[in-house]
Amino acid sequence: MRQLKGKIWVFGDDIDTDAIIPARHLNTSVPRELALHCMEDADPTFAEKVGEGDIIVAGSNFGCGSSREHAPIAIKAAKVACVIAESFARIFYRNAINIGLPILECPEAVREAKEGHEVAVDLARGLVSNVTLQRTYNAVAFPEFMQAIIGAGGLIDFVKEGLEEGSRHG
Amino acid sequence: MGLTLAEKILSQRVGHTVKAGQIVIAPVDVALTQDGTGPLAVRQLQKIGLEKVANPDNTILYIDHAAPSPRRELSNDHVLLREFAHKTGCRLSDVGAGVCHQLIAENYGAPGRVIIGADSHTCTAGALAAFATGMGSTDVAMGMALGKTWFRVPESIQVRITGKLPVGVYAKDIILYLIGMLGADGATYKALEFTGDAIATMPMAERLTLSNMAVEAGAKVGLIASDTVTKAYLEEQGRSGDYKPLSADEDAQYQKTMELDVSSLEPILAAPHTVDNTHTVSDLVGTPIDQVFIGSCTNGRLEDLAIVADIMKGGHVAPGVRCIVVPASRQVFVAALQKGYIETLVEAGAIILAPGCGPCVGVHEGILGDGEVSLNTSNRNFQGRLGNPQAFIYLGSPAVAAASALTGVITDPREVLNHAAGR
Repeated sequence: MRQLKGKIWVFGDDIDTDAIIPARHLNTSVPRELALHCMEDADPTFAEKVGEGDIIVAGSNFGCGSSREHAPIAIKAAKVACVIAESFARIFYRNAINIGLPILECPEAVREAKEGHEVAVDLARGLVSNVTLQRTYNAVAFPEFMQAIIGAGGLIDFVKEGLEEGSRHG
Repeated sequence: MGLTLAEKILSQRVGHTVKAGQIVIAPVDVALTQDGTGPLAVRQLQKIGLEKVANPDNTILYIDHAAPSPRRELSNDHVLLREFAHKTGCRLSDVGAGVCHQLIAENYGAPGRVIIGADSHTCTAGALAAFATGMGSTDVAMGMALGKTWFRVPESIQVRITGKLPVGVYAKDIILYLIGMLGADGATYKALEFTGDAIATMPMAERLTLSNMAVEAGAKVGLIASDTVTKAYLEEQGRSGDYKPLSADEDAQYQKTMELDVSSLEPILAAPHTVDNTHTVSDLVGTPIDQVFIGSCTNGRLEDLAIVADIMKGGHVAPGVRCIVVPASRQVFVAALQKGYIETLVEAGAIILAPGCGPCVGVHEGILGDGEVSLNTSNRNFQGRLGNPQAFIYLGSPAVAAASALTGVITDPREVLNHAAGR
């Protein structure tokens, strides 16, 4: 799996899914339309500022609240490469994997990160490196099947690949 | 070694003993989506050409979040849901029937069932000893299609609630107090299991309020053992056959046990912008409000409307305040009409909306203006939740909401109730 490297955007604790994608914008599940409002109620200018491959760094309980899968979809569609947080809310965690957004829990990296730092992530080895500070932190590596789901772009594409594979062999 | 209620339900459903920490594949007894999450679930299934559901009679697509629809994009999503239900034979709960979690309690929730829903408050049915939990659209889509899903069996936190609630204090105050203690992530990945003598005597309407808000502390489920109250509720719903006794073993292993004596608990509110930002009503008395919303899967039941009607009878909503009341289901609405609560509330100046989620999620009905303040009986006060990030939301019990609607400022309901008792 490719290495992720990007500029970071820092958020605090308890960033809820209403802040990530407010319900008033849930008139669509089209990713590029959701991306226009990504993180809007936490930082109204985020969608304009964020660049492809950037990384979100946040405190504890990221993604709490509503089960809306539109939240990780909005982040992924905004071309954010990865979310690193002290901890994630349960439903968001599963949703992110299911739609193919890499996420990592790494409290130590979060504590020392400042907006604008450059951070690199190695998902397979579970390593987070703050390039600016020249520090490397250990996170929990993704098991292979989760890497495969993320690599496929999410659970649906993963299953689809499996079904097509099966029909070729069947 | 004994089993927690979470372990017991999952053990029974997978057919062998499972313990906290294990990953299991469990059958899905009931699967649900709502109109915010359902269209995405349907599109995910369409993407892999899997337009079928394993158990059509126990798969329900609810239309409650934007019902009736305020815009054509959402109307088109509703059409998509209706077409999918028609094609697959699954159930559709259309505009006006009510909030999914209330309807699950009325029609599908039962001890020992595994219920997954693409809505975080699916945990409400834990009050009926169902392993009911919220997931995302893709997870629920796969559960609908395959009739099974995977879970990590959660560790349980036992919450022993004892003592008699004082007048004017309710389950809503208990759960807000607990969330204040636990924090918004204090029970992440865990099961909350509510026990103790205060639960034994608690009516089902209030138990549902407790379980409903378990997710606001991050919990996967909020469980209550089944007992005579559960049995009576299921009988009332014409489903006595769905009852079975189910409780944790005496020697169950909990990750921790919390004790709460509620006999001196005060009304509790959550202040903007997080649910764990809790305060006693006395800290907030006098805070001006522009709107009151009474309803939702947390507090839109008949018993809630009875409390509100009792407080508002003969009074009038304060000038400049909107008081929006939304019965949680058609059953609740009809019963409230028959009992005269609706007439009382309309005469007192309240606005009654069709059963559904109403203002709670901020897509229609009751969106706030910049700087405005709403006092809600619902479960979330996140910034922007009522459709405007420049607004402020407090959460409290129906009694706090009703008393405050009359005065236009946050008011201690015990003043009104004690006054009424002395009349």
